[in-house]
Amino acid sequence: MGVAHMAVQSTGSGTLKGYGIPGQRPDVIFAAVVCGLGLIWAMAVAALGYEPEMRAQGWIYGTGFVLGLFGLAIAGSKGHLAVDETRYNDSIIKWGVGLSTFWGIVGMLVGVVIAAQLAFPKQLYFEQFGFLNFGRLRPIHTSAVIFAFGGNVLLATSFYVVQRTSRARLFGGILPWFVLCGYQLFIVAAASGYLTGVTAGQEYAEPEWFTDLWLTVVWVAYLLVFLGTLWKRKEPHIYVANWFYLAFIVTIAVLHLVNNAGLPISPWSKESYPLFSGVQNALTQWWYGHNAVGFFLTAGFLGIMYYFIPKQADRPVFSYQLSIVHFWALIFVYIWAGPHHLHYTALPQWAQTLGMTFSIILWMPSWGGMINGLMTLSGAWDKLRTDPVLRMLVASLAFYGMSTFEGPVMSIRAVNSLSHYTDWTIGHVHSGALGWVAMVSFGALYCLTPWLWRRARLYSLKLVETHFWLSTIGILFYISAMWVSGIMQGLMWRAYNEFGFLEYSFVQTVDAMQPYYIVRAFGGLLFLAGACVMAWNLWKTAKGDVRASEVADETPAMAQPSLAPAE
Amino acid sequence: MLLKNHGVFERHTMVLVAGILVVISIGGLIEIAPLFKIDSTIEEVDGVRPYTPLELVGRNVYIREGCYTCHSQMIRPLRDEVERYGHYSLAAESMYDRPFQWGSKRTGPDLARVGGKYSDAWQVQHLRDPRSVVPESIMPPYAFLADNEVDTRHIDKHLLANARLGVPYTEASIENAARDLLAQADPMGDTAGVEERYGADVNIRDFDGDPKRVTEMDALVAYLQVLGTMVDFSTYEPEKAENLR
Repeated sequence: MGVAHMAVQSTGSGTLKGYGIPGQRPDVIFAAVVCGLGLIWAMAVAALGYEPEMRAQGWIYGTGFVLGLFGLAIAGSKGHLAVDETRYNDSIIKWGVGLSTFWGIVGMLVGVVIAAQLAFPKQLYFEQFGFLNFGRLRPIHTSAVIFAFGGNVLLATSFYVVQRTSRARLFGGILPWFVLCGYQLFIVAAASGYLTGVTAGQEYAEPEWFTDLWLTVVWVAYLLVFLGTLWKRKEPHIYVANWFYLAFIVTIAVLHLVNNAGLPISPWSKESYPLFSGVQNALTQWWYGHNAVGFFLTAGFLGIMYYFIPKQADRPVFSYQLSIVHFWALIFVYIWAGPHHLHYTALPQWAQTLGMTFSIILWMPSWGGMINGLMTLSGAWDKLRTDPVLRMLVASLAFYGMSTFEGPVMSIRAVNSLSHYTDWTIGHVHSGALGWVAMVSFGALYCLTPWLWRRARLYSLKLVETHFWLSTIGILFYISAMWVSGIMQGLMWRAYNEFGFLEYSFVQTVDAMQPYYIVRAFGGLLFLAGACVMAWNLWKTAKGDVRASEVADETPAMAQPSLAPAE
Repeated sequence: MLLKNHGVFERHTMVLVAGILVVISIGGLIEIAPLFKIDSTIEEVDGVRPYTPLELVGRNVYIREGCYTCHSQMIRPLRDEVERYGHYSLAAESMYDRPFQWGSKRTGPDLARVGGKYSDAWQVQHLRDPRSVVPESIMPPYAFLADNEVDTRHIDKHLLANARLGVPYTEASIENAARDLLAQADPMGDTAGVEERYGADVNIRDFDGDPKRVTEMDALVAYLQVLGTMVDFSTYEPEKAENLR
């Protein structure tokens, strides 16, 4: 270790393990070459792109690659490319925490805006600003909360966890930075594309072909960083959280490549057509779509659960054997569940039935995982009273349990005939996304900030409490409104009058939604307010402040973790 | 057994990766692969044809504006849906749809069979200002589509890409794509080519009420007006063995 440490002191002192002169290091060369080639491509697109939107994408990518090259040059000239193998790479995780918070607020803000648009269409649509219509903003909301917020949380936490549980610095020199920065470029390119009308038109897979290719490059680098760190681990066993992170990274790669396979009309055009059409396209898309939930929003965040809950509760994971069963059963069963998005459609019925069956089975591994997380608190339940961060993590598991019960129920064909196409689905998604994904992310961010910035405690535990209640009440408003509006609209669609005619015209059922859309927007606003409170709290914590009214409080739960592995 | 020998997965990274790959592949392969092989996946029907160039442009406007985030194009075989929207959707009706537009949410009504239900003038007015014709509507306004002239320069490449993926566009339809696009919106012009290549039933008219130019409004309305109208249900036998799924 000491030798590697010396190698980074000056540029001339050797090239051990590839961490020597920046100009000769494969990671630096790789990043420089990718940025250089990317810049050439982007300039060509800016000049030759068929559509003005495509040329704009060229400028955005070009700016990103120029910033990348500048970053490399500046870091190289200041000696920041040096790698100290004796230390964890924590500065990248600090950036990840900040970016997660930023994108979380952006994504939730867009969500509140589009929720308000549905409640107040007369006031919130502007004829001269067509790009602010619901149809263009909605993919920005979904992508920003899932891929920008969720994705950055997963990057940050996986980088943190894999280092701690492997007792090794992140692999690849500056490769992790390439992953983090490249991922932000992906987000900006995708979101600006939706706003200007660059979209592939498949839900949750809306980026166009060139952005898909860019994400592929970034994702392979991410897999390499993660695997490389595992390869140099000093622990004989790979910790359970890493199984889940690995399943998330590998499966998302498979899903992304298959579902986005397509043919652009020209290398200079934003337009492309998918490889599959119609019914095959539909099943591939929902195989992707449901496993974006299963592997991005579930497996990845279960990785968070398996590290942060034991750590914050200071208890070992409840059951090692349950972890094993949970892991394999969850990833095996999840992949089958996609067809429940296509009940009563033109998809052959055998596929629908398979999807439904496995969706119901999925209830078991989901709850197995929840129980493993909850029971980890055995002997430490009292901490729920004193530690609002732990309470946030545990509440997320409660919401996880709730939505993983609701999901199998909704996947039953008879239930689905009522719930499908209605707000019930939106409510279900948000009980999972707000209650589980966002809450467990908030918990992890509250843990990480004092750990990374080496603070004895958070700026304010009272504000965590405030955040907890704003979130929880916001979610309850949100999902209750969507239950009522969804079930009501579903029933109105199928209501007959005494003469045997349909009772309601479609637009009558739209009109009936307005009060619930207002309540939903209000619930979302509360949730957003909570996230803003968190951002303030994390900012002050990073600065090292402690809220004046809480200075005297003793908070042992926020103690510094040792560098020992969790298991 | 698994529990006892699980250490193998925990000690060897690539064994774990391989295990993950195997376990996640099974479900997808069993569900998706047969759809490409089994004949009964898509029914045999008469009348479904590739979109005309103008309709294809309209379809791309539909996708670009995210219409699918609020409108489905998939009528389920449920009594109320069939009465409200028409015959339930067949897989054959979307076999040239790349990407499919079945949707997942009905904030607005299903559009699978909206073609021919309203006049062009109604569609244009509704797109311009939805609440002027449906006061309770919560749909955004799309007046700007009438200002965007359709760029015909690369339309042949759109058809070519589709043809390469298996959509039966002929060489003639690719060569004449730009001409056909303009001709479909110009009833006074030479429309014989469009009719020859896309059938006599194709809608040929000035869709947006502005005969001077072909706009995205023309294209979108042309697309909406063809939705769900292609299948000849007089020759479709739902009970035939190959149509049962």
